[in-house]
Formats: sequence, structure tokens, C-alpha cells
Amino acid sequence: MIIFISCIILFLIGLYSIVTKRNLIKIAIGFALMEYAINLLFALIGFRKGALAPIITSVDSPHNFVDPIPQALVLTAIVIALGTTALMLVVIMRIYEKYKTFDIAEIKKLKG
Amino acid sequence: MSFIPWYFALPLLGAFLIPILNKIWKPLVLIFTTAITFALFILSLYGIAVVHEIPMVVYKMGNWPPPLGIVMAFDAMSAFMTLVIAVIAFAANIFSLQYLRTYTGQGKFYTLFMLIIAGMMGLVVTGDLFNMFVFLEIAAIASYALVAFGTEAEELEASFKYMVIGEIGSLTFLLAIALLYAKVSTLNLADVSNVLQTFRYSPIFWTILGMMIFAFSIKAALVPFHSWLPDAHPAAPAPISSLLSGVFIKVLGIYTMARLIFNVFGLSRATDPVFFNLLIGFGLISIVIAGLIALAQRDYKRLLGFSSVSQIGYVLVGFGIGNFEGVTGAIFFILAHALAKGLLFLTSGSVVDATGTRDLNKLAGCGEKMPTTAWSYRIGALSLIGLPPFIGFWAKFYIVKGALKAGLLWIALAAVLLSGLTLAYLLKIESHVFMKKGKNDYKEAPFLMRFSMVFLVILILIAGLGFNYVFDLIIGPAAHALLRGLEYAQLVFASVINF
Repeated sequence: MIIFISCIILFLIGLYSIVTKRNLIKIAIGFALMEYAINLLFALIGFRKGALAPIITSVDSPHNFVDPIPQALVLTAIVIALGTTALMLVVIMRIYEKYKTFDIAEIKKLKG
Repeated sequence: MSFIPWYFALPLLGAFLIPILNKIWKPLVLIFTTAITFALFILSLYGIAVVHEIPMVVYKMGNWPPPLGIVMAFDAMSAFMTLVIAVIAFAANIFSLQYLRTYTGQGKFYTLFMLIIAGMMGLVVTGDLFNMFVFLEIAAIASYALVAFGTEAEELEASFKYMVIGEIGSLTFLLAIALLYAKVSTLNLADVSNVLQTFRYSPIFWTILGMMIFAFSIKAALVPFHSWLPDAHPAAPAPISSLLSGVFIKVLGIYTMARLIFNVFGLSRATDPVFFNLLIGFGLISIVIAGLIALAQRDYKRLLGFSSVSQIGYVLVGFGIGNFEGVTGAIFFILAHALAKGLLFLTSGSVVDATGTRDLNKLAGCGEKMPTTAWSYRIGALSLIGLPPFIGFWAKFYIVKGALKAGLLWIALAAVLLSGLTLAYLLKIESHVFMKKGKNDYKEAPFLMRFSMVFLVILILIAGLGFNYVFDLIIGPAAHALLRGLEYAQLVFASVINF
């Protein structure tokens, strides 16, 4: 149970970094932390103690496998996280070109 | 081969062929995207015809049966949403053909445009929780990029703000899926709904539901999670604003929320009145607060953005009322708001295209020089306010009828009186832009832009005048599909054998 809770704590650390940090890159790092936390949680959900990798090599191979679905989900989630992180960093780069700063307090052309 | 995968396969195919076609001959891209959105429109009409005969069509990906494999579950609600997406996508596509002539990078634009459609189409036809997340992210990532498409300082800032808030929503949804999977060990919506009933009303049940509603409230831009929308939607090019405000927030926020609440978690007004009253309260807060902020805006598109936040509240009120009339009203409202707000954002594109500014104080005199745009705006606005011959009236009519039937007199009153707020902020644009006389040499929009506006105007009129046909064919079955509640699961498993 304690490992599941520590995943949630990692998730919250990421959220804390997004909400409080003023540097754009630190906000991007916060998202990376949240994504890692969820991927770790998925991997732990599928884990079973002493179980094998879920590969059936013959008809009579042993049946104590770890749950393969979370592993597939993590792979997909990593790809999506790659997409969002890449896009976010590109937008941060373009913002830096326009505003010459990473500080969100100085990036405020939009009002309301 | 079933017709269901084509809903997202067709735009995905388009998305990845467009960069190649763009290298060969640029006009080919325009013909190709128009052909795809038109094909989707025809396909969604065919889908409506199919669900009229069979209540649920299930497609098994790779032929794996439901609890193990991924299924696409296509019922009347999905058919309705695909139609709304296809109509607005088609209008936005036609509009963009000429609107984008001043932009560079058309190939990239249409690639992202196709991806956003593929994501939304996939989201409404899928019957699998994780698949839902994947399609949601496809649509969301494409929309972040499209908001930044102009790459000016404001657009990049709006995109970053939207991305930060939107991703918090997406990741919360993913965390909720992880917790749910840990508890139920399945991802198929029908199977999840069966297993969830074994621990109904336990703390974990409410935690997961709460996290999902938080995530979808961000995607639907409900107050107090609305702050990204008035920045992001105006920053995008006008056809994309029209697509985002018209269908995007409803597909990613409202459809997913309604599907999970009614069909997967199996809540209904009869069993959980407190929860549904909370939905109504949430909706009313959105209507009032966003409506009041909209009154103070001086930017054409920003005002319409706040108006979207406010109108989404009505949809939530309709679902919160929870009886057949209320849900019908909410679904009617999705259609009415998609057509009307899609149209209004297209008129904003036409005005910006002619004048080069969105500031209401500088836009006097558009009414005389741009009659088609002005009349399109007026009809869209009248429909949004809810005047009788247009479809917006029937949406509000059913919400009020449902509220009265459920004995919620003050909500019926509020729904009617708050139309005054809608009237007030839409009149602001009318008086500043179209009624006020001014000296200028603005030109009316080019043919294809006028065509797509008139196309939506005609749909608003047809749907409003023939509302009983629309109700019988599209809206009624969709409301029944949602109110089917937990029978959704049995229907999915029963339909696997038929197909």
C-alpha cells in the first residue's frame, strides 16, 4: 500500500511544481513528474511477487504471470507523454524567442 | 468490414497523407480534406440510419471478444455526436479553404485539423476506457498546436496556458483510469460498469467519479476551470475556433461526462438526487458568471469564448435535471449550440478577414458592407438566445419542460430569465459591429466563406422548422441511449453475438 501512496505523492509533487513554479521549464518538468508517477503506478498495479514475464513459450508454461495490460498501457502513455512534452518544449522555445524570458510573471500580454 | 472504424480511420489516413500531397501539388490538399469531411458527413448520416434499426452496433478490434479485446460501441448517442462533429467539421473546412489564403503552412494546418477530427470521432465511438484517453489526447494535442498556429506572442501564450490546464485534466483522467483498473481489472466500459456495481457508493467509487468529473470539467471549461478557454479559442484561426467552441468542448467534456455518469457509473436522478442537484448548481454558476464576464468584453472572439462557457452550463443543467425531457433538452442544446456558435465564430472570421481587427470599438459599419455575414450573425444569435423558429428555442423548451416535470420550478425560471443575459452580450456585438454606421471600405467575405455560413444558417432553419423529425430521428434515440443506464453493458455484450 505504501508504494501506491508514494506514487500519488510523486504525482502531487509534480502538480505542486506546476502550480507554484514561475519558470516555464520547471513547469514542463512538473508534467514529466506527473507522467512518471502515473506510469509507475500502472506498473505497480500489474506487479505480482515472484511472477514471470507474460510470455507464453509452450502450452505447459507456468501460469503465474504479471498482468500484461498495465505494461501495454504504460507504453502507450509514454508515447503520448513524449508528444505532449515535445510540443510543450517547442512552445516554450517559441515563447522565449518572443518574450526573451522564461518567467511566467512577465509573460502576460493576454488579459482577463 | 464494419463501417465504425472508418469514422476515425478516414481522418487519420488523411492526416498522414496530407504532408505527402502537399509536396506534390498544394490544391490537391484542399480537395482531399474537403472530400474526407464530406465523406464523414455522409458516413454519419448512414450511422444515424443504422442505429435507427439496431440500438447498438459493436465492432471488435482484431476480432477479440469484449472483456479481453477493445471494442467500438456505436449507439444512438455516438451517432448523434458523430453527426454534430461532421457537420461543423465540414463547414469549418469549406470556410478555411479561403480564410487560410493569408496563412503559410496550409499542409500542417490540415494535418492537425484531420487529427483533431480523428480524435473526436474515435472518442465518441469507442467502448474502452483507455482508448477514450488515447483519442482524447490525440484531439487535445492537435488542438494545442492549432491554438498556437499563428505563432504570435499572444497565441503562443494562450496555447501554453491551455496546454498546462488541459494536461492537468488529461493526467487526472489517466490517474483515475489507473485507480479504476487497480480496482476492477478491466478497461471495457461495459465490463467496468458491471464490476463497478459491486462496490457502488463506496468511497473509492466517489473518488474515481470525482476525479473524472474534475478532468472533464477542465475539458468542458466549466466555471471555475474555464480560464483557458477565452484565451485559447480566440487565438486559433477562425475555422478552428468554430470547431473548438462548437464541438470540441462538448465531445471532450460533456459527452464523456454524460456517458460515464449515466452508462458506466449508472447514476440516475431517481437514486442520486444530491449528485444531480450538484450538476445543476455547477451549470447555473457557469451560466451566470461567464455570462456576466462576457458582457464586459471588448474583443469579438473573446466575447464569444465566454459565451461558450456560459452556454455549456445549460447543457449541464439539462443533464442535471435528469428526466427524459431534461436530457433531451441537453442533447438538443449540444446540437443547437454547435450550429449557432460554429456559425458565430465563422462570422467573426469573416469580419477579422475583412477588417484585420477584433476590437469591437473599431468595427463600426460592417453591417452595410457585409450583408451575408451580418444576417448570418443575426440568425445564429437569435438561435442561441432561443427564439421560436430556430433550433435553439426547442433546446430551451425541452430543458424548461423537463425542469417543470421534475418539479424544479425555479430552474425553469432561471433557464428562461438567463436568456436575457445571452441576449445582452450578443446584442453588444450586433450594436457595435453590424448596426452602427461607419465609413469604411470593407468587402464582403469571398464565396466559399459565405457558402459555409449560409450552409449553417440553412441547417439552423431546417432543424428548427422540422424539429419533430430531428427529435424522432436523432435526439430522442440519443436521449434513450443515455437514459438506458446500466442496461448499456448488457446491450454491448448482447450485440457482440449479433455482429
